[in-house]
Amino acid sequence: MPSAPLQLTAKDFKSDQEVRWCPGCGDYAILAAMQGFLPELGIPRERIVFVSGIGCSSRFPYYLDTYGMHSIHGRAPAIATGLSVTRPDLQVWVVTGDGDALSIGGNHLIHALRRNVNLKILLFNNKIYGLTKGQYSPTSEVGKVTKSTPAGSADYPFNPISLALGAEASFVARTIDSDRKHLTSVLRAAAEHQGSAFVEIYQNCNIFNDGAFEVLKDSETRDNYLIRLEQGQPLRFGSEGQFAVTHPANSFGLTVEDSASAEPLVHDATQEDPAYAFALSRLAGPDLRYTPVGVFRSVSRPSYDKLVRDQLEKAKAKASDNPAQDLASLLNSGDTWTIL
Amino acid sequence: MTAPKHVEQLDRVVIRFAGDSGDGMQLTGDRFTSETAQLGNDISTLPNFPAEIRAPAGTLPGVSSFQVAFADYDILTPGDAPNVLVAMNPAALKANLSEVRKGATIIVNTDEFTKRNLQKVGYDSNPLEDDSLAGYDVHPVGLTSMTLRALADHPISKKDAERSKNMFALGLLSWLYSRPYESTMSFLERKFASRPELVAANKAAFSAGWSFGETTEGFAVRYEVKPARMEAGNYRNITGNTALALGLVAAGVRSELTIFLGAYPITPASDILHELSKHKKLGVITVQAEDEIAAIGAAIGASYGGALGITTTSGPGVALKGESISLAVALELPLVIIDVQRAGPSTGMPTKTEQADLNMALFGRHGEAPVAVIAPQSPADCFYAALEACRIAITYRTPVILLSDGYVANGSEPWLLPEVSDLPDLRTTFAQAPNGEDGKFYPYLRDPQTLARPWAPPGVAGLEHRIGGLEKADKTGDISYDPANHDFMVRTRAARIEAIEVPDIEVEDPSGTANVLVLGWGSTYGPIGAASRALRQRGLNVAQAHLRHLNPLPRNLGQVLGRYDKVVIPEMNLGQLAHVIRARYLIDVVAYNQVSGMPFVSGQLESMLEEVIKNA
Ligand code: SF4
Repeated sequence: MPSAPLQLTAKDFKSDQEVRWCPGCGDYAILAAMQGFLPELGIPRERIVFVSGIGCSSRFPYYLDTYGMHSIHGRAPAIATGLSVTRPDLQVWVVTGDGDALSIGGNHLIHALRRNVNLKILLFNNKIYGLTKGQYSPTSEVGKVTKSTPAGSADYPFNPISLALGAEASFVARTIDSDRKHLTSVLRAAAEHQGSAFVEIYQNCNIFNDGAFEVLKDSETRDNYLIRLEQGQPLRFGSEGQFAVTHPANSFGLTVEDSASAEPLVHDATQEDPAYAFALSRLAGPDLRYTPVGVFRSVSRPSYDKLVRDQLEKAKAKASDNPAQDLASLLNSGDTWTIL
Repeated sequence: MTAPKHVEQLDRVVIRFAGDSGDGMQLTGDRFTSETAQLGNDISTLPNFPAEIRAPAGTLPGVSSFQVAFADYDILTPGDAPNVLVAMNPAALKANLSEVRKGATIIVNTDEFTKRNLQKVGYDSNPLEDDSLAGYDVHPVGLTSMTLRALADHPISKKDAERSKNMFALGLLSWLYSRPYESTMSFLERKFASRPELVAANKAAFSAGWSFGETTEGFAVRYEVKPARMEAGNYRNITGNTALALGLVAAGVRSELTIFLGAYPITPASDILHELSKHKKLGVITVQAEDEIAAIGAAIGASYGGALGITTTSGPGVALKGESISLAVALELPLVIIDVQRAGPSTGMPTKTEQADLNMALFGRHGEAPVAVIAPQSPADCFYAALEACRIAITYRTPVILLSDGYVANGSEPWLLPEVSDLPDLRTTFAQAPNGEDGKFYPYLRDPQTLARPWAPPGVAGLEHRIGGLEKADKTGDISYDPANHDFMVRTRAARIEAIEVPDIEVEDPSGTANVLVLGWGSTYGPIGAASRALRQRGLNVAQAHLRHLNPLPRNLGQVLGRYDKVVIPEMNLGQLAHVIRARYLIDVVAYNQVSGMPFVSGQLESMLEEVIKNA
């Protein structure tokens, strides 16, 4: 008998722990969007696990009434890999930040993506170290003046979307903390993806890096700065629809033309060749002008979990139904001899 | 016609096969060992190879060797000094001669004793022609040229023919020691299954070596070593790494848990990863991770999900895993960390043995982060040590560090195969329902006996909870910065390791009157045991005790130590266990230490112990 469809609400996903982010932090909006979105998955709470690393964003699991682990700095993708591979019945989310995922945990992130482990990885990018009180991060712009860089940082930042694409990610998207509707739609697409889904969420740290994404939120500027990626739709944007994303001849990349007559490209996130998504990820300048949000890439590739399980099932098909017997034959294999 | 050879009985022989890394000496040694095992001799082996995969040919650093001791009685070590050296080139002779007993048999491949090869290793004159080998029973044999001649009609390249010279040598030695060769023949058929011409060539080279022994005047005597009196049962020869891997597989079957291995390749532990990756049929999952930290991270994730998480590595890897081990201490999840120790610090000598990670295993983490620590004492014992590590991890929900080392990992000995039903029952239960009187689930509410918390993998409705590295409140597991709670939790984590049930240590002292105790741990068991036996045979009394559990220590250890005038602790480090014993029991001990990358030679322990006994 099929069980009755799950009727959960956002409230069911709220844990009894007091939320301890700074008032006004963008993390609140992301948490609310997640709690609002999870019921629509129809997955019972006990089959959902949030694994995080260290940082402000990594407190996330404590506030959701699912299973969860707040682990150590940078290692959440590795821990989640072990969990996901052994427990295909679970939906595993990784919550991380720009320092956690791209600095101390950079290695685990890229390897989880290339393996295509069945993880939904949410990277809260606030371009700053919040929990350690305001040092520049691997996504901070060059010249960032912080406590650890009074003369401005000399580091060139990562572009997380480009990085994920370079790491062979099969699903790559970006969204913004303040746009609940967009955020929810991206979470939905990520949840549906088989394999690693990488989502960068621009998140405001109002204490140490306030307004980092303001031009993408302010009604005065956002229409001319944001490119909303929608599958099958032409890449035309701007307050008057004056901009078109085009592919100039003799160029490897894409460009934005301020022209009503230019023929815009039609967005297709399912292109096998990551060059298109990569070119999209390079459109935005340091001033965030022409920042695409939405799904950059969504292609189908067997997940690591599936490949591992397939091998396991294939091997197990040769096993007897008596593991003790199989163990005994294993122990007794090779060159054996008997002493009477 | 040659006269029938005289056959002499020996009780014990130690042979060392030595050659260039590319000469196939490990394989030759392995085959000889297998033939010997078939015959029922007791065996102990010691491979010794360079870290480089192919060091320049003919050089001293490129020498690879395999030593096998076999006897008609039970033996504990691969022997101090070989009675037979097979030297495939001048480098092999030069690198090994100083360790060979005077009067020993030396078989050399004369074809490799060219001017150039001699110069490469700094021989001014040919040692086969001057008197530098006086006092040895030298047999110059043109191994390469005779192999080439024997294979002249075989449809294989000259290079392949030359490479079969190790089989010629094996045939000769197999004849000399009257070994049964059937297992080698079937081995060659398996190994070269896809290239029948190589099966034929290798078999022919083997036979040529055998017949050469039979017909040449050079070997007047042939030897026999009678089977040892060993306990009845089925045996196989096994290396420590293989035994360890099989122990983990067995733990999976006996616990009914999925065995999950997260590992990053590292010498000398990689063979455990290789072995475990073959056993998917029994539900073993292996992940070759991107680094040592990911390897243990994945294992922790697997344990969190209800599998038994295991990670295998060597010292440098344990150093990298330190933070994650502390996480597992805080999470109180089962986890087995296998450290196949090698000579350090840093990259050190990756293929050489050492016991210098004991301090790291006991103390090498931030904060108060005690874990259980155990060590195997011989290659076959690695099987039982693995089961014991899993038992502690599962029962007490704690990380366990198992300290193997290069000596037991690569060495081999006959293993009396156990009955699966005799292995410990490791089944456990997962949390299925709330455990609080108020109907709530308390992830840190402990079992009063073991102090273990419930193992509550995701998937059970009503038990949703969050755990993490932040300090947790007693019982609820909620984040807590309360000073008294932290003090309580730190002490409780220590107490639960102390509460682990470990068997009492047993002392071997046939006389019952010894006043010197030699205490060891891990792979020194063989050399210490051999030295103790030798002393007793000479009428000197010595008591021997060996630690399997290094944390917690056996409860009766203090009492045992107090019974002796002197306690001697030989270790392949600078006195790490000695330090612990002094601090813990406030008794002085004699620390005897060697850090040469090689196991103790039992003769050396014998003289040292003799000194201590005489002065006790
Ligand atoms: S420091 Fe910044 S990111 Fe962290 S909680 Fe406060 S506002 Fe949010």
